[in-house]
Amino acid sequence: MSFRAPRILPALTVAVLTAGFALVFLWTPNDADQGFIQKIFYLHVPLASTALIGFMVAAVQAILHLRSGNPKWDVRAYVSIHISVIFGVGALITGAIWAKASWGAWWVWDEPTLVSFLIVFLLYCTYYPLRYAIEDRERQARYASVFAIMAGAFVPLNFLAVRLAQTLIHPRVFATSDGGLPPKMMLTFLICFAGIALLWETLVRFELASKSSRAKLGRLRRALEGDDAAGQPGSRIAPVPREARG
Amino acid sequence: MPALPLDEAGKYVAGAYVVFLALLLIYVAIMSIRLSRIDRELAELAELAEERAASGERRPASAEEREEAPVG
Repeated sequence: MSFRAPRILPALTVAVLTAGFALVFLWTPNDADQGFIQKIFYLHVPLASTALIGFMVAAVQAILHLRSGNPKWDVRAYVSIHISVIFGVGALITGAIWAKASWGAWWVWDEPTLVSFLIVFLLYCTYYPLRYAIEDRERQARYASVFAIMAGAFVPLNFLAVRLAQTLIHPRVFATSDGGLPPKMMLTFLICFAGIALLWETLVRFELASKSSRAKLGRLRRALEGDDAAGQPGSRIAPVPREARG
Repeated sequence: MPALPLDEAGKYVAGAYVVFLALLLIYVAIMSIRLSRIDRELAELAELAEERAASGERRPASAEEREEAPVG
């Protein structure tokens, strides 16, 4: 298993994100209903959407792990969930700020979109204790993959359930009967979404490269110091068997 | 609720974007700490490998000396 740090991707991410945020403040008009506060939309929605898509990506990677038995998919699923949880924290905090400005409260418990996102987020927070409660590395990887698949299947179901719910305090701006977002806002949103998605991919690649370096360092230490170094700190993810590397 | 005036809304919008930036900076800081730890460990291992290589070079020389030394 060898993951290399990306070279072009970080520059592309910075360029797209900068362009997106510049469009938000310099080109896109203020919302007729919410005014300037609606600018949070271009950050909050991409963060939340990317986190949810990231959870589903992790589920696909977990399926590939269980099908192939190749630990690299387990590492990828772990990292996808890890970065998505961080994005989830961002979505929750920016959402709370928007809620305070728009509704006068940091949190509204009878709003299905908010509560369902919190449930998904908390569900994925239990991934870490579940994973590290299991000593045996292979069993740990297998159970974590089963969890990632089950939780990943819950994400679209949750999304559908919210869509079908009656209470619609949360603004529906895509594909509504009112016509949805105006073209300028839609273009800005898509660029911001692309930027946040690129940021997710960049962070995933850096995290994978970091884990790969730690694992290689551990192997090197064991080779140089012999069995005495077996207890040295390394990646807490399941070690990669020699035949699965590459 | 009516739309907030710009001076009031600006604080919230700035707050949201600052939170995003702060999260990103925290992540970069954590990554830099990890990178420096990897760098430190790598330096230790390089030192160890050099010591091994140096002692490995000395060993054959001393063996030759033993062979050349007169027996008895």
